[in-house]
Amino acid sequence: MTALTDDTLPVTPRAIRDEMVVFVVMAVLLAAVPFSGIYPFFVMQALCFALLACAFNLLIGYGGLLSFGHAMFLGTAGYCSAHALKVWALPPELGILVGVAGAFVLSLITGYISIRRQGIYFSMITLALSQLLYFIYLQAPFTHGEDGIQGIPQGHMLGVFDLSKPTVLYYVVLVGFLAGFLLIYRIINSPFGEVLKAIRENEPRAISLGYRTDQYKFLAFVLSGTVAGLAGSLKVFVAQNASLTDVHWSMSGEVVLMTLVGGLGTIFGPVVGAFAIIAMQQYLAGFGQWVTVIQGSIFVICVLTFRRGVIGEIAHYFRRSL
Amino acid sequence: MQALYAQLLVGLINGSFYALLSLGLAVIFGMLNIINFAHGALYMMGAFVAYFLLNLGGINYWWALLIAPVVVGVFGMILERTMLQWLTGLDHLYGLLLTFGIALIVQGVFQNYFGSSGMPYAIPDQLKGGMNLGFMFLPIYRGWVVIFSLVVCIATWFLIEKTRLGAYLRAATENPTLVRAFGINVPRMITLTYGLGVGLAALAGVLSAPINQVRPLMGADLIIVVFAVVVIGGMGSIMGSIITGFALGVIEGLTKYFYPEASNTVVFVLMVLVLLVKPTGLTGRAA
Repeated sequence: MTALTDDTLPVTPRAIRDEMVVFVVMAVLLAAVPFSGIYPFFVMQALCFALLACAFNLLIGYGGLLSFGHAMFLGTAGYCSAHALKVWALPPELGILVGVAGAFVLSLITGYISIRRQGIYFSMITLALSQLLYFIYLQAPFTHGEDGIQGIPQGHMLGVFDLSKPTVLYYVVLVGFLAGFLLIYRIINSPFGEVLKAIRENEPRAISLGYRTDQYKFLAFVLSGTVAGLAGSLKVFVAQNASLTDVHWSMSGEVVLMTLVGGLGTIFGPVVGAFAIIAMQQYLAGFGQWVTVIQGSIFVICVLTFRRGVIGEIAHYFRRSL
Repeated sequence: MQALYAQLLVGLINGSFYALLSLGLAVIFGMLNIINFAHGALYMMGAFVAYFLLNLGGINYWWALLIAPVVVGVFGMILERTMLQWLTGLDHLYGLLLTFGIALIVQGVFQNYFGSSGMPYAIPDQLKGGMNLGFMFLPIYRGWVVIFSLVVCIATWFLIEKTRLGAYLRAATENPTLVRAFGINVPRMITLTYGLGVGLAALAGVLSAPINQVRPLMGADLIIVVFAVVVIGGMGSIMGSIITGFALGVIEGLTKYFYPEASNTVVFVLMVLVLLVKPTGLTGRAA
């Protein structure tokens, strides 16, 4: 079986320097968005999906586990945050915490179940679990079914920052995104991340070396689900609602697509992929279901001709790790 | 009691579709090492082909039962020749992603032209009406679906487990290189296998058209349930897929009677329980 990423480069000081340079460029560019005249709502939305895709990528790109149900963390965190903000009237920082905690608990449960099988079975199990959750949320009273939780108050972050101002909200979302991104970067480059890559490349060998691979995969799953939850909580402030679309399997498919376009197992790929897909949806919104057809075509083209993704191809060309 | 029997019958019918679809998935997985995410979309295509035949060509249900699987099967073989075959040797996950993309394309195209609402497909004259069995009223068409699906399932099992062609197929699943060395055209067998699996899905689509209406998304949610069925049953055995499919349909039907709130979720809950007790699935080879 061919590994997902065919050219794994060693972590060298040069690689880390490259990555830090790109990270700083990305952070500066994103911080400059409010001064550029670009519609901040679009960028905020893209940032939430970028964080979700990065979390997803931690599992597939570094653990070799394709989760087809990552929308469940996005949606669950969204519902928990929305409920905490609207019904319990908690301040935003606690609202985010409740959402992330919800995703954390969910990932403990679903991780324990799904990690028992590998490969495509893992994908089918995560998909089925997210569909199970979809039906639960459809019937549960607190989610308000088809309507979702609407009109969520944005409030004042830490009592100071007024989140109803787009620029303030933008920087709060950006800080959340960068924090999540750096956390994932740290995980990937930790000893834990190295073991994860070893498991992806050759699980039987990792087991023979004495690693309890199930525990590593479980921890990676929980970390991924929790960070995905952060993305879901941030998204509540941007969209001001929490609805069933965030739990639907088509959302999970979109996250897979974003990461695939950007590059599986690359650090910056999911971010690029998320911006590309969200921009495409924005510009093609008038074409109705043709957007689905185009997304399907991108899947097909990526898998057949372009498996490394945008960032993966660039990194491969320059022999750098990005 | 009438209601209980009625739900049991609905369960058996859903079980027929689960069995036909998971059977096709298992056959395809055995040969191609691909989980065919497009299976639900191709099931939907089968129903649409029947609909077109009736409304555009005036060709009746009985011919549709034959023509739709062949048309969709040929479509599937073209997919396999043009796309899927290039994935040989790559990680399984790429097959899942590629077929997911194909499913999105097919469903999106149909949604563009037919929206999301369902279109009726009349029950053929010969199967209209019902029988009074004493303890319940049996609509003839529904009884026909269960019996016909069962026959098709058994025939497929016989083809694969008991015939010479099936022996080649099973051998090629185990060791394609060696089978090629004996002068058997394995790539052609792979193409035909995909066509067979997809044809079974289309057949299920035609059978369901008079019951569930013809909708572009009729296969999208069904395929996720079928995935859960496959996780429960495992893909190692043909008979296992058939039995698990029917059994889960019946359990779902019983749930509809005793606790309707859980009828959407019962298969997924069972999947979780099976994973907790026996992670390899009921007929379980580890994979």
